[in-house]
Amino acid sequence: MSGNDTMGNAAIGPRMRVTLTVNGTDHDIQLDPRTTLLDALREHLGLTGTKVGCNHGTCGACTVHVDGRRQLSCLMLAAAAAGSAITTIEGLAGADGAPHPMQAAFVAHDALQCGYCTPGQIMSAVACVAEGHAGSDDEIREYMSGNLCRCAAYPNIVAAVREVAGSTMAEAA
Amino acid sequence: MRPFLYSRAMTLEQAMSEAAQSHAAIMAGGTTLVDLMRGDLAGAEHVIDIGHLPGLAKVELDGPVLRFGALARMADVAELPFLKQNYPALVESLQLAASQQIRNAATLGGNLLQRTRCVYFRDGVSDCNKRVPGSGCAALDGEDREMALFGTSDRCVATYPGDWGTALAAFDTSVEISSASGTKTVKFADFHVAYGDDPARESILQPGEIVTAILVQATPAGRHSTYVKVRDRQSYAYAVTSAAVALELDGDRVTAARVSVGGVASKPWRAPAAEAALVGKVLNEAVALDAGKAAFADARPLRHNGFKIDLGARTVARAAMVAKGKH
Repeated sequence: MSGNDTMGNAAIGPRMRVTLTVNGTDHDIQLDPRTTLLDALREHLGLTGTKVGCNHGTCGACTVHVDGRRQLSCLMLAAAAAGSAITTIEGLAGADGAPHPMQAAFVAHDALQCGYCTPGQIMSAVACVAEGHAGSDDEIREYMSGNLCRCAAYPNIVAAVREVAGSTMAEAA
Repeated sequence: MRPFLYSRAMTLEQAMSEAAQSHAAIMAGGTTLVDLMRGDLAGAEHVIDIGHLPGLAKVELDGPVLRFGALARMADVAELPFLKQNYPALVESLQLAASQQIRNAATLGGNLLQRTRCVYFRDGVSDCNKRVPGSGCAALDGEDREMALFGTSDRCVATYPGDWGTALAAFDTSVEISSASGTKTVKFADFHVAYGDDPARESILQPGEIVTAILVQATPAGRHSTYVKVRDRQSYAYAVTSAAVALELDGDRVTAARVSVGGVASKPWRAPAAEAALVGKVLNEAVALDAGKAAFADARPLRHNGFKIDLGARTVARAAMVAKGKH
């Protein structure tokens, strides 16, 4: 799967220089203005933890944090992300390399099967808790609805998010 | 995606000047434009990023007119306590739209300009008078379950997909538009255009014009308001039918009503017949359903979307009863 939008086009656009701040590090890159943040992360910076799913905003696999807010990197031009602090799944672990509590909770609750959607799920889940939208199972389901899981690990994903949120809400069903 | 130049506007004046040039496109949150450009559904040789302009994201709610800066993000506005308390229909229309990732990026102004989700428009190959004027409309001979009942023409039957726009249609809303020649305000009802001979034209916005604010006249009806959205799945889907209802009540009696419907029209659609059916009545389930039926009395169903008449009427009825219960 290639995320390179310029493939197949006879005309190649002018390139531009962009500085992306990813996981605390500045990267100066030359890119085609058509390059999405998703493609810049994967193809230019080699950060392949962020996944290409639908590549048009319906699956959530490409979720990253932009200035602390979860956004879809497939619907954002890399040039528009310049000046913002980008966090990807590679930047989530602690300085000592310990997994983020959400990563640990996904492991503990077996919140995945194939794992392809998992980086996006985890980035979305961390933000879901930070936003205060993990107060109940229903609220978690609603605010995680932008992340599809083809393997349908949803019950375990909700359990993982709930654990990190510290919610004591009883199982709704 | 076709090649384009990217520039980041540092001032509104710069953006308006650059946007007036041909083949330019304004980008705010980008969630719609990037998707459209990738599908070759929008072409631009120059993308002008206004997403970082200062001052245009301000929301002012304390006067006789609610002022929403065009660059305010959907997710942020959905969290405003005053709005939750006094205009739940507006908040709910934002909460029930898209996903949180998209709401974090998408702006209130850009939201108004999102384009139809009609499969024949989006697929990039079918006959579509919106995408290729004069090519025809594949929906007229195709699967029309998702298509509109109101505001259509023999050239196009596509549905306006927005929730925020539908909720705004229930209120006295206007749109502030800025350009190099100044700032003007147009009624929201006149901002989008129903389909006539040229369904590619969806709003009155001209090159060089930028939506800078959305203005809503304050009303006590906002407190008794709601937005009900019926979808094919529980979350993260466009409306099959939706309705915004806002009421002024004297006890159980309706003294003023505002009703709009979504998922069923070519543009945000006010339903004055439903409003007339509510005003003066003691609101109960039967009155609410009568109002819903009134909203769809003039519907023009196609082959597969006639179910939206009954579903839409019930959506209005549900919204009316929910709005009555708000306080």
